[in-house]
Amino acid sequence: MSLKTIEAAPGFKDYLPQEYKDLIDDGPFLKQRKVSELGSFKEAIEEHPMCSGCAMTLFIRLVYVGLPSIENTVICGTAGCGRLAISQGAVPFVYGNYGDTNAVATGIKRGLDIRFKEQNKDVVVMAGDGGLADIGFHAVMHSWFRKEKFTTIMLDNEVYGNTGGQDSGMTQKGMVMKMAPTGKKFEKMDMLGLAKTAGVAYTARLAPTNPTRVANTVRKAVLIAREVGPTFIQAYTSCNIEYAIPTPKVMDDARAVEKDRYQFVEYFSDEAKAYWDDSEKERKRLRKAAKQSG
Amino acid sequence: MSEEVKESTEPHVRKDDPRSHVLSDPASKPEDIEEKKGAAAQRVVDPDYLFLEAPREKEFITGSEAAKESIRRANVDIAIAYPITPQSETMQQVGYLYAEGYIRDYYRGEEEIGVMSAVAGASRAGVRVLTATAGPGLMRGIEAIAAWPGGRLPSVLLVMCRVVNAPLAIQPDNVEISYLLNAGGIVLHGENQQDFYDYPLIAFMVSEKPEVSLPAAVAVDGFFVTHARNWVSMPAEDLKLPMRDCYHEAVPMMDNENPPIRIARDAPIQKSNFISYQMHAAWQQEIWAAQERSKKWLSRWLRGLIEVVNPKAKTMIVASGSAVSQSREAVRQATERGLDVGLIKIKSIRPFPTQELNEALDHAEKIVVPEFNYIGWLSKELKAAIDRTDRVFAGPRVYGGMTMPTEMIIDAITNSK
Repeated sequence: MSLKTIEAAPGFKDYLPQEYKDLIDDGPFLKQRKVSELGSFKEAIEEHPMCSGCAMTLFIRLVYVGLPSIENTVICGTAGCGRLAISQGAVPFVYGNYGDTNAVATGIKRGLDIRFKEQNKDVVVMAGDGGLADIGFHAVMHSWFRKEKFTTIMLDNEVYGNTGGQDSGMTQKGMVMKMAPTGKKFEKMDMLGLAKTAGVAYTARLAPTNPTRVANTVRKAVLIAREVGPTFIQAYTSCNIEYAIPTPKVMDDARAVEKDRYQFVEYFSDEAKAYWDDSEKERKRLRKAAKQSG
Repeated sequence: MSEEVKESTEPHVRKDDPRSHVLSDPASKPEDIEEKKGAAAQRVVDPDYLFLEAPREKEFITGSEAAKESIRRANVDIAIAYPITPQSETMQQVGYLYAEGYIRDYYRGEEEIGVMSAVAGASRAGVRVLTATAGPGLMRGIEAIAAWPGGRLPSVLLVMCRVVNAPLAIQPDNVEISYLLNAGGIVLHGENQQDFYDYPLIAFMVSEKPEVSLPAAVAVDGFFVTHARNWVSMPAEDLKLPMRDCYHEAVPMMDNENPPIRIARDAPIQKSNFISYQMHAAWQQEIWAAQERSKKWLSRWLRGLIEVVNPKAKTMIVASGSAVSQSREAVRQATERGLDVGLIKIKSIRPFPTQELNEALDHAEKIVVPEFNYIGWLSKELKAAIDRTDRVFAGPRVYGGMTMPTEMIIDAITNSK
């Protein structure tokens, strides 16, 4: 996409909402923004209807910063809390049927690849633990087995938050939830292990405690998906409502859970590792060349 | 064909230019043509020419092969397959077309809800997409299928009807069409192998019209059509339809090439307020209005939404699908016996040809509706569309895979009321 596509026609700009003008003049398009720049540019998402203190919203905000080519990205989501924020973002968003994300993303990615041979079009699935590990599980797994070239990001709040607090496959064993009245009977699903088994090129698990790491991980996952194969990020994005975390303590909880059972891990397939190392070298060389040329 | 349609039908072949129907030729150099296979060696022609004017030759082929020949000429970008009897053979044949270079992408999906969801994705991306299913597969995919019209997603779904309910069976029975009636998409019901060649091509073009922008299903009765051979007349295989023109449709593509940038095309409108109610109400109205607008194109290319045999007969049979073929034979036998019997073939179930049926049945004293399903969805549709419904004899019916002996239809003609 060229910036010209979104620029207003002469004379018309004055009549556009300020928010739109800001996105064109000082938005995230056609340049890689950094976490350190937050607050100094117009973000892809600002207003949203999420709960006060929601860690998921912080994470989604960071995802938008990390996307390597936000102007050429399509996001697929499904029912759940996350889409309430994602649908407010300045990125095309498909809100499909229940648990259809990775099948829809397959169709979009393949369709865009047919139509845009010379241009990268990134497709990113961003949906909850219920959407991806339960109802959308088969589509997630098969998109991985088929080696579909898009990124899947799980907003893992370990609960069906939007429907009011039912347990998901990603809820920890023993938790008493609305549909686990005597405590959940089985372990949290090992999606990282499943991703590895399915041959996912790059897998990462993290909590939103380190914003730069979140953005860098997203960028890495999308770039590897573009060139190598499916990538998966599993992010702890707590539900402070259903887990009764006091709003000021949300980040304390994130740090505690990270330390306890949600440490940052990443896994590269051999092919993804080779690609990433090469592209890092190339980026360093370009940066050096740019510095030398002043 | 109504007057209104005639007015909009301009001749596409200019008398002074015999090649005016050709929209683009294959690679110009002969050596390139030799190198290029499949779609690259085809000429893009005007749909009017392909459907109505191009010279045709007859072949004795199965319904699955007829569908394959249809898809060969359909300029399909991506076909997504999943096996289920009696559909599998068709999508295998479509796979061969991919291998031969006629289709740009093809894969076997994980199961039907995955396939139907991927169809939605591909259609949103702006490419021409095909899939097919049957019976329980349609049931499995129907959550996604019922959401296509609301997404204004052009596509073609081939439906090879079979039993859907328990006990499980693979036999032909077209009850599954009743589940598509209220989904919002176009539904054509083909009678035979010829229709299974013609209808998918027409369905693609109607589906993608800017004022329509709806998915289209082409149903035929399984086995009777898919696995049996019949004569099918077809234009040359080096002709194909124009590609999908996705920027001339009802909604923007999800390709980041459409301003404005802030597109949540499927914005959740689940809030309980009057704006949400109004949005959803208007959206539904628009889908059914688009169905009405599709009639113009369907009439033109199907040569009418209905076909009428013996239009003045006092007893009229109204049928769709394989029941039409049996009824044709029943009309022949009844006429031999001196009975005054006519037949209406309904080609398009959605949109339903209400006006055409009222006109064609106004004089009828008795209307017989033979069906290949137990619940009789067509007779219910018909009764809701015409007046003096006491004229309708809602049967005969066969189901569970049986064919319909012509004697059953003649009994209904002679014995009812």
